[in-house]
Order: sequence, then structure tokens, then C-alpha cells
Amino acid sequence: MSPSDLVTTACVVMLGLAAVLLVVRITRGPTVLDRTVALDVLVAVVICAIAVDAVERDTSTTLPVLLVLTLVGFVGSVAVARFAKGSDDVDAESGDEAEGGRL
Amino acid sequence: MSALTALTPLAAMTSVPEVAAQVSDVVGSVLLLAGCALSLIAAIGMVRLPDLLTRMHAATKPQVLGLVLVIAGLALRLREPEALGMLVLVVLFQMATAPVAAHMVGRAAFRGDQVDRERLVVDELSEGVRDLGDEPRGAP
Repeated sequence: MSPSDLVTTACVVMLGLAAVLLVVRITRGPTVLDRTVALDVLVAVVICAIAVDAVERDTSTTLPVLLVLTLVGFVGSVAVARFAKGSDDVDAESGDEAEGGRL
Repeated sequence: MSALTALTPLAAMTSVPEVAAQVSDVVGSVLLLAGCALSLIAAIGMVRLPDLLTRMHAATKPQVLGLVLVIAGLALRLREPEALGMLVLVVLFQMATAPVAAHMVGRAAFRGDQVDRERLVVDELSEGVRDLGDEPRGAP
């Protein structure tokens, strides 16, 4: 195994572990904004993974995908933040819903 | 750019460009590893930190610094001048959009009372803005 392969393997392992942990956070929430932030980071991890792939295959054909992903991830999180209503934490919503009139 | 030939004896190196290519490969690999490590650290933070604002703090690392490191590593390993412009664009777009998205998410969380005020050390926004309910929460 050459040093180059070793670097690629280490990068892939770290990025894969990061993606799994982020999916855990997306699943557990608890609010939609937590999930949005985690999805944003997941997009950044995917960008890093595509960059590592470009290094491994020594090609620049996938670089436009990076450009598109930076912009699409931004649009997604802004749209969710724009239309998120009130507190959607299922555990916390029981009880103090009545006094949260300004939400 | 076959493999990292850092282990090759110095006698095998013939020309200056070859040495420069090897140095570029090694530096690029270190940058790639650092960027991926930042992504992993941020993901651990996303899982372990307690509330949205601290998670946003962790989220910033791979979005800006991690991405810059990985893209710089990619540029050093590819060594294609025509790819450089697109890589610079990727970094510029990410640096322009990530703060806006983070600002809107944090604002929506604060106006939705999803921020645990007991955890805040300084809360100048609540003191300064009394009429949080007057404008729509999602407004930028």
C-alpha cells in the first residue's frame, strides 16, 4: 500500500465516520433547525469526499459538482430557516405551548 | 503524480520540478488529512454538544476551515492551473453563503424560543430588542 493510498484511506474513513455521526444527529433532532445545521455539515462532508475522490482519480471533471453543492446546500438551509414555525421540539412542546403566543 | 514517493532515496531525485512535485504531494496530503480530521471532529461535536447554538459553533469548522484545507490539498495534488479558478470559486461561494445560512438559522432559533437562555453567558439581543414578536420570524 503506497503512502498515497494510505492518505486516501484515512480520509475516507474519517469522512465516513463523520457522515454516520451527522446522520445520527439528523435522526435525533430534536428540532428541525438542528437537522438543518447537521444537513449543512453533511453537504460540506460530501464536498470533501468528492474532493478526495478527485485526488484519488487525479481528475478535475468532478469540480463543477463542488461548485453546485456549495450553492444548493445554502439554498436548502435558508429555505428551512425561513419557514420554520415555532418550536417543533416534540418533547418540549407539551405544557408551555399556551404562553408561547408570539411564535 | 503516481504515488507519494517521499520514501525514495534522495539520490533517485533528478530534477528540481520532480522535487517540487513531491513536496507538493506531501503538503497536499497533509492538508487533505487535516481537513478530513476537522470534519470528523465537527461531527463528533454535532452529536455531543447540548443545544443548537453550540452545535452551530461546531458546524462552522468543516464548512469553512475544513473545506479550505481540503480544497487547498486538492489543488496541490492536482496541479492543474485551469482547475484552480473553479476551486477558488468553491471556497469563495462557501465563505459567502455559510455565514448567511448560519445567521438565518440562529435567528429563527432565537425567535422561536428554541434557545436555552440559561446557557447563554451574554444575551444582548434580548435586552436590546423588546418587540421580538412584531416582525415575521423568518425575515432576514
